[in-house]
Amino acid sequence: MKKKDLIKVIVSFLILVIGMILENGIINLETVFNVSVAVASNTILVIFVLAYIIIGGEVLKTAAVNILHGQIFDENFLMTIATIGAFLVGEYPEAVAVMLFYQIGEMFQSYAVNRSRRSISELMDIKPETANLKNDDGTIITKKPEDIKTGDIIIIKPGEKVPLDGIVISGSGDIDTSALTGESIPRFVEADSELISGSISLNSMLEMKVTKEYKESTVAKILELVENASSRKSRSEKFISKFARYYTPIVVILAIALALIPTLISGFSLEVFKVWGYRACSFLVISCPCALVISVPLSFFGGIGGASSHGVLVKGSNYMETLSKVSHIVCDKTGTLTEGNFKVTKIDSVNCSDMELLIAAAKAEKNSNHPIAKSLLNELKAYSEEEYTKVINAVNNAKITEFAGYGIKYEDQEDIIFAGNSKLMDKENIEYKSVDSVGSVVYVARNGNILGSIVIEDIIKEDTKEAIEKLKSMGIKLIMLTGDKKEIAKNVAEKIGIDEVYSELLPQDKVSKVNNLLENKEKTDAIVFVGDGINDAPVLAGADVGIAMGGLGSDAAIEAADIVIMDDKFTGVSKAVLIAKKTVRIVKENIVFALGVKIAILILAAFGIANMWMAVFADVGVAFIAILNALRAMKLKEI
Amino acid sequence: MTKTFIVKNLDCAHCAEKMERAINKIKGVNEASITFMTQKLFLDADDDRFDEIVEEARKAVKKIDGDEVDLTEV
Repeated sequence: MKKKDLIKVIVSFLILVIGMILENGIINLETVFNVSVAVASNTILVIFVLAYIIIGGEVLKTAAVNILHGQIFDENFLMTIATIGAFLVGEYPEAVAVMLFYQIGEMFQSYAVNRSRRSISELMDIKPETANLKNDDGTIITKKPEDIKTGDIIIIKPGEKVPLDGIVISGSGDIDTSALTGESIPRFVEADSELISGSISLNSMLEMKVTKEYKESTVAKILELVENASSRKSRSEKFISKFARYYTPIVVILAIALALIPTLISGFSLEVFKVWGYRACSFLVISCPCALVISVPLSFFGGIGGASSHGVLVKGSNYMETLSKVSHIVCDKTGTLTEGNFKVTKIDSVNCSDMELLIAAAKAEKNSNHPIAKSLLNELKAYSEEEYTKVINAVNNAKITEFAGYGIKYEDQEDIIFAGNSKLMDKENIEYKSVDSVGSVVYVARNGNILGSIVIEDIIKEDTKEAIEKLKSMGIKLIMLTGDKKEIAKNVAEKIGIDEVYSELLPQDKVSKVNNLLENKEKTDAIVFVGDGINDAPVLAGADVGIAMGGLGSDAAIEAADIVIMDDKFTGVSKAVLIAKKTVRIVKENIVFALGVKIAILILAAFGIANMWMAVFADVGVAFIAILNALRAMKLKEI
Repeated sequence: MTKTFIVKNLDCAHCAEKMERAINKIKGVNEASITFMTQKLFLDADDDRFDEIVEEARKAVKKIDGDEVDLTEV
């Protein structure tokens, strides 16, 4: 807010008050100063004109300039006509007040817009300014992140932002990723951990190797996305700008008709013209569509900004609008609802310790690249680092044979180990206790004797269930698509409360399932697809709204999706839906409220019931309330 | 060619709308979109006349909302 403008408002307001005191005879000029009636009334007029010029001078000037540019329906011009009209019919205080409130409204508008622009840029204050490059000789120089190349070594000091994506070489400590993900719990990193640009090293000095140039980095991608977010306009925004285009001319034409027709009918009676002219001026005051034009994009902008502070990036207000109408959420299983990495969930050893069983399994599986083998090795590592290293570094002439669809045979000087499914055990005539599990079961036998079984499952993300309950309570139907086996799919779906499951699907089946839903949906519904961005780009692009999970690190996801959830949690989806619904509700409230009040006052003014004071409220007051309402979209504490 | 510009001193939402329409009418403009909240103009226009088009767009925005409004390339 400019100080100069504020002073103008205050001075003009005080003069207006003085004028009104004199006009209403609270202080009577004639008796106090002993002047004639004419001098007194002229003095009062001069006082009002003075107040008017102080507050409205700028508007008058702009109106004149714009008229020369051919801008007829310019709001400055309309305000000028309305207020001059009010002066002509003798309503001086009204004329000044209209100008005064109009200016206050303008000031408030620009204050609100600037504030929300600022708070959103603060929200997205993730751009790193510098990077500390470590040269080969050990010296450190400060450079711009843009000047760092892949393979360079950089140093991150405690409290500093990570300027580029990379891998930690030395040092360990806590990393704050809240600016990117909205996740407040710090993440621990050590050598070989990935570091994402835009996060902050809280308490330690880290040395990292850069893996991506700045313009390819996470932070650059996010900034680009957020800054271009609102260029895709929503239907409400398009409606409002179209509406604004016709609203002003129509109201102005009505005002002209209102001023002229009764006067013509009455045979140019000045009295009639005064009455209807005043009503016409009230029309002009209401003719500006500002409240609507500003509050709709302001709400969407606030909603998008609020969402990004929760780690949900929305690429445009159109997606926000569509998401608010979501009826079905279709999601991929692996990586979206589940962690996507397998873990040992049950160890059942017979005639030996769990450790012995694990060592035997690890020996057999150590050269395999299958996720199940990896999870076995990880489990052993968690049990005992020492045994793990022993297995990995064992130098013997072990012979490992893989039987596709069965499992693995391992042979060294001492033992023969079989690790695989029940079919392998049957084939080798080994007796075993069958395990009934939805996960993958690995049976392990040594020298003809069963050692036990190990169950490996994909873990459901901890907050998935909670998010799904929230979504279902909003009346949204959840559908899961997966390439996985039927039993596994069904089990996961039951655990988290998914409504419909389609399993054993190939990638192209997923596309046709979603297309099928899209074809059969109601017009007012929206089909949302949630995936992790890997292998599901066509579905992400095809759905009404595509949401990608785990935006950190996955370029493909950021590119293909309409909404990106930065952390890996399914609650991001429920948050996104809640924010979208709230934002769109605010937009609707504003449209209905602002239009309703304006039309009501227009009708009342036409019949002479509403005066110019009410017209000013319909213009400035409504804008004020609509903007305050719009600013609510940014605040989402309760989610 | 597509470029993004900052519309400096843009503080009237209705004007942004008018500017967008005016720029879209310039010959050679394929698509112009102004986002009021971010003060950004996204301009997609023919390559061979791009600089001229930008000049015309600059004139158009000044005409609508006064001389203090300006376009600067991002």
